[in-house]
Amino acid sequence: MTKNTHFNWLNALRMGLIGGVVALLISLVGMVEEFSQRDIIAGVITMGQTLLFIAILMAGYFAAGRAAGQPGLNSLPSGALAGLVTAGILAVLVVIIPLLNLRAILPNASPALIRILTFLQESLVVGIFYLLGAGAMIGAAGGLINILPAGIRRAVILALFWVGLLGLLQELLRVTLTNMPQVGAVLSWMFGSRGLSVPGAIAVFVAVAGGNYLWASQGDKVQDRIRAQPPATHRAMRWGSIVVAIAVVLYLPRVLGPYLSDVTNSVGLFILMGLGLNIVVGFAGLLDLGYVAFFAIGAYVMGVLTSSAIGQNAGQIVFGPQLSFWQALPIAVGVSVLFGIILGIPVLKMRGDYLAIVTLGFGEIIRILALSDFLKPYIGGSQGIVEVGEGQIGPVIFNTPQTLYYLIVAGCLLALFISRRLRDSRPGRAWKAMREDEDVAQAMGINLVATKLLAFGTGAAFSGLSGAIFASKIGSIYPHSFSLLISINVLSLIIVGGMGSLPGVFVGALVLVGLPELLREFSEYRLLMYGALLIVMMLTRPEGFWPEATHKREFHEAAASEVAPESAPAS
Amino acid sequence: MLRRFLERFTLTDLFMWLVGGSILALIVVGSFLTLRAGHYTARHWFDFVVFGLAQGSVYALIALGYTLVYGILRMINFAHSEVYMSGAFTGYFVADAMNRSGFLDQNPLLALLALFAVAMTTSITVAVLLERIAYRPLRRSPRLVPLITAIGASFFLQYTFRGLYGSQNRAYPDVEVLDGAWSLGGEFIIQKIQVVVIVAAAVLMFGLYTFVQRTRTGKAMRAVSEDKDVAALMGIDVDAIIVRTFILGAALAGAAGVLYALMFRQVNFFMGFIPGIKAFTAAVLGGIGNIPGAMLGGLFLGLFESVGPTLFLDGLGIPAPYQLKDVIAFTMLVLVLIYRPTGILGEQLTTAKA
Repeated sequence: MTKNTHFNWLNALRMGLIGGVVALLISLVGMVEEFSQRDIIAGVITMGQTLLFIAILMAGYFAAGRAAGQPGLNSLPSGALAGLVTAGILAVLVVIIPLLNLRAILPNASPALIRILTFLQESLVVGIFYLLGAGAMIGAAGGLINILPAGIRRAVILALFWVGLLGLLQELLRVTLTNMPQVGAVLSWMFGSRGLSVPGAIAVFVAVAGGNYLWASQGDKVQDRIRAQPPATHRAMRWGSIVVAIAVVLYLPRVLGPYLSDVTNSVGLFILMGLGLNIVVGFAGLLDLGYVAFFAIGAYVMGVLTSSAIGQNAGQIVFGPQLSFWQALPIAVGVSVLFGIILGIPVLKMRGDYLAIVTLGFGEIIRILALSDFLKPYIGGSQGIVEVGEGQIGPVIFNTPQTLYYLIVAGCLLALFISRRLRDSRPGRAWKAMREDEDVAQAMGINLVATKLLAFGTGAAFSGLSGAIFASKIGSIYPHSFSLLISINVLSLIIVGGMGSLPGVFVGALVLVGLPELLREFSEYRLLMYGALLIVMMLTRPEGFWPEATHKREFHEAAASEVAPESAPAS
Repeated sequence: MLRRFLERFTLTDLFMWLVGGSILALIVVGSFLTLRAGHYTARHWFDFVVFGLAQGSVYALIALGYTLVYGILRMINFAHSEVYMSGAFTGYFVADAMNRSGFLDQNPLLALLALFAVAMTTSITVAVLLERIAYRPLRRSPRLVPLITAIGASFFLQYTFRGLYGSQNRAYPDVEVLDGAWSLGGEFIIQKIQVVVIVAAAVLMFGLYTFVQRTRTGKAMRAVSEDKDVAALMGIDVDAIIVRTFILGAALAGAAGVLYALMFRQVNFFMGFIPGIKAFTAAVLGGIGNIPGAMLGGLFLGLFESVGPTLFLDGLGIPAPYQLKDVIAFTMLVLVLIYRPTGILGEQLTTAKA
């Protein structure tokens, strides 16, 4: 027992060091400086500072979590020490940047970074004291959060999260609210010049924390009361919510305005691709890293068939039948399916990592071919294809973000419908059986060739549709739009959402495509954060944010029983 | 006999035969036409071959990292290309500093050794951290999980280094000793740097082979790759051996990075991606998990890639065939995996694991 009441110095130091390294990395990569242009709470705290504070808070939280002994007594000093160490490492950075002229190697070790780290103080010494003090306090706060009772802790963390999120999205909210002046006036006090205002932040914090706490204690009763209603009411409620959802979807572009509609459209195209890749990776378990190939094929077929800039002198390509959008669309999807099957046949016998690398190779082959001089007369080489046709139904031409929105929503709904029906029918069950164990699935009479090709074909169809709409939306096609990053993007979003989960695709696309589109500063660090997110997801929550039922069970079983699922039987 | 054959012969087999046959025909016809046209003299071909061997030895060095890790963990260390990049990219700053202080020209041998040491140390650090943070906790999870982690780690490292060192191209300084060429009599000349790269790579590979075959650690590595659990029962510290494997692979990758940078001068944060895939192709080509196989596969791929575009495609009248060299490499990867997934040296493991 004597050991337990002992103050755990070493552990707090260790956590502080880890936190310090993370904070150092965030600073030197340039995120702190870049993100400091955006305020979370106007005039109080910027996003860059928030990032650092999160690092310190986590260090304090974990240091307190590992501190042995009675909670409360040791947690606060442990957290404070960890925070102090983290801040100390940053302070060292502040001192050595000018001494060693680090900027020659690390461009982000700039005077601006020093100013941010020392809270804009004139004197370096005062600034460092501020930094250390803030570190200790925030570390202690992290420790404090750790020792709160579970219910309150969840409420506090959630409330902090929402304050941050609303602060980030305030521009978006403001644009939306200007389109609805009645609501906007009421809420305008919440937002300061560049972020949440102080009363706004407090209001959000209190509302979320209180709401969460109430729901945690009273939620079961409310749910019971709803469950106790007669079936007729249930049906009415379900129909009511469907009607409301449809109304919201139809009315949305008017609220959003052109810019936000455009962002929504990007998200929609990624949802479409995500639904396709979800069939290949999520349902059938075939890791495809060259998924962008079908997106490119859909776009190029649409471009070649509808472009009006053709001929030796008039445009980049020599051949083009100048079909209309609606004539070209099914052809584009059909060609994508064809390629999905053609590229699927060679990889039928491959599994896991080999499949991933080969499909990656396919994706690159398609991109390099599109870029090459070899195919230039037909698909434009590096100059691409311009003047791609636009769709039209009656008087509506799909050429503005707000009209294209309906086209994309229709595409997503179609893909969602097909995905759902396939999932719950025979092929869907075959895919899942194959995902779990190919050999057993084959022994059970599943035709692996047909099942795999169906997955590849359906996946390619959705991606091709997405590509065709993309071509028409942008109006021109260039090979650099079809880099490997798109494949990684789509893969990340279905993994973050939860492999094999349909709502997960929507969640993933909103988080991974929507957020970075809205926050310009993010774009530079998009892939860095994707990479980190993939690692963290796999380490802590491999089933994703909105997991599919079977997957969740599987991952938790694997974690529960220590039986080694040793990849494959040794030969 | 024929009936049984027809029963087992499916439409997909037919398709694959057609694809394989037409690619083979393309290669034969293309080579024939190119050679008949005679635009290229013996000297050109000699240059292609030497360049291919130099390029190939860099591939081989990286491929060894893939093969070592695959041999032990049965996973593709997708982030290995970034291990390679980190060494070369960090080395630039050392090389630049030494160049400006004049040390590089006064003491070229010492300077180059220091350069290699720094690059290899950086690569080793990155690889060890990678193993500790991203791979070790996942050793018992389903197969797709570590692969996705590796992809994530690859992008994370790429863009971390972009953030740290900036996104522009950096040019390695000129090393005077390595400039110029030797004449081999007649019209054949050979660039000094290419010789140095080939020789250095050969020495490193020989060193690795000896290490794995002759030392105690090497023996333990082979035991772990055979069967982890039994190796642990025999008193081998499996975790430590895995870390050492990563260290070996990373050291070779760091050296490969410097050799590459000395040859092509340019380094940037994205430089690992294509060589990474190529090196993986090389590892598969030679039979993944097989150390001599990776060396052979690397050299073969380098050769194929430098001679191939001109030899196969030029005769067919394809403009700028050199743009398509990556297509040739990837096509080769696909073909190898389809028709001979065990690679040239046929490691038995691959059939079951692939």
